[in-house]
Amino acid sequence: MLKPLVDDDGAPYFEYAAKGELRMQTCANCGEVLFPPRPMCPRCQGIEFEWKLMSGRGHVWSFAVPRPPLLPDYAALAPYPVVVVELEEDRRLRLVGNLVASEGAAIDSVDPAAIEIGQPVRVVFQEIEGLFVAAWTPDA
Amino acid sequence: MNPTPLKDRAAIVGIGQTDFAKHLGPSEKALACRAIAMALDDAGIAAHEVDAFAAYTMEATDEVEIAKAVGAGDVTFFSRVGFGGGGSCATVGHIAMAIATGQANVGVAWRSRKRGSGPRPWTDTVNQLATPAQWTRPFGLLRPVDEIAVLARRYMHEYGLTREQLGAVAIACRNRANANPAAIMYERPLTMDDYLNARMISDPLCLFDNCLETDGALAVVMVSAERARDCRQAPVYVHAFGQGLPAQHHGMVNYWNDDPLAGPSWTAAEQLWKHADFGPADVDVAQIYDAFTPLIPLSLEGYGFCGKGEGGAFADDGGLELGGRLPVNTSGGGLSEAYVHGFNLINEGVRQLRGTSTNQVAGASTCLVTAGEAVPTSAVLLRRA
Repeated sequence: MLKPLVDDDGAPYFEYAAKGELRMQTCANCGEVLFPPRPMCPRCQGIEFEWKLMSGRGHVWSFAVPRPPLLPDYAALAPYPVVVVELEEDRRLRLVGNLVASEGAAIDSVDPAAIEIGQPVRVVFQEIEGLFVAAWTPDA
Repeated sequence: MNPTPLKDRAAIVGIGQTDFAKHLGPSEKALACRAIAMALDDAGIAAHEVDAFAAYTMEATDEVEIAKAVGAGDVTFFSRVGFGGGGSCATVGHIAMAIATGQANVGVAWRSRKRGSGPRPWTDTVNQLATPAQWTRPFGLLRPVDEIAVLARRYMHEYGLTREQLGAVAIACRNRANANPAAIMYERPLTMDDYLNARMISDPLCLFDNCLETDGALAVVMVSAERARDCRQAPVYVHAFGQGLPAQHHGMVNYWNDDPLAGPSWTAAEQLWKHADFGPADVDVAQIYDAFTPLIPLSLEGYGFCGKGEGGAFADDGGLELGGRLPVNTSGGGLSEAYVHGFNLINEGVRQLRGTSTNQVAGASTCLVTAGEAVPTSAVLLRRA
């Protein structure tokens, strides 16, 4: 699988995810929550950041179901859904991720036909090539 | 000072293109040179007069190699535009600006690409994982088609876009290609049944929602409006030009702003129409970037041919066909003529205004050509005298 690139701006995300926390880059000056992470706040040009804890709840904004041709690791699991999740804190915070039946389940563990835009999901965490990232599971 | 110093000041006077095929033998460099030589011959302009070049940042051959091979003179303007297919019309726009401002006299814009026989860019996992790809690709949203599939499904959800409407887009392009001997899909019809039964590539997008994979090269030659009057071909003027990188836009994965379904075409369009003497209703024919079918309805909205969310319905009842509300991609486009990062749309726009298209729109005097939607983009409004 592709290992996410850890860069200066995004590194804290992965550190918190490894502890089971979904945190978003937040401007220490004006409080704007930013995603994807970046070196400056586009609202106030601040360069100091905090990482704000999110509730981990959101809704499916959209999704795709890739089929081959794909990279071999992904082709082996296709078709699998990839969801874009709108966090309940701010609709512009939309995280791309996998929707899985439960924490640790494979990326093809949810039947794509059962997914609906708008359905509630909550965060779980998954490991990709030694890094922890947010994944999502249907929320009752 | 003239508030629109670009308007009709530069003209396309030569077009050239190689064959299109899944595999061509010559290198991208050789194909580029041949397309440029053909465009110069079409214009009746000697190579040593060329003093400007514009190309895509993704172009493999640089200006030094091109200039020394084709026999350009001293070059005083050279420009590259990024974002893949978003740069197509900007190459023409940059040359037009150089000519209008006196930085150059004879400009060449070109694209040469062996995408048919060469590698798919998304398989380069080493150079493609920087921001924002590390937030999307590891989860299996690997290819441009996956990124657009997410937008397409949201478009269906919010506005009721249907697969039949996307099929109508694909079929309109295919119908034009069927009458264009240069097209990969010449004489190869596509029916709605074919479309609806095709295999999915990234649900909700199927095989026929995707452009072709083509080897080929194209070029245009441009001069001032004054010089154009003495050229071999009837001039096609660059009436207006716009580029667009909207605030808080994120490229192909434009999921992180208020309305991801309002893409860069909206920004380019505002710039374009601001400087034009006419509006969308006066456009006779359009060449709209079509790496994927949903880009056409999204662009129709962005460039003001219909309201927000109405782009899909625009394709109903033959709206994009010859004789429809707005005939599009009259050479077959990227979906059915050739996928050369949209440069074939520019050449076809010129042919329409010369009256030499194989799918000629009778009396066409204005043509919109757009570059890739869903990436920082560009567009030119072409007109004839």
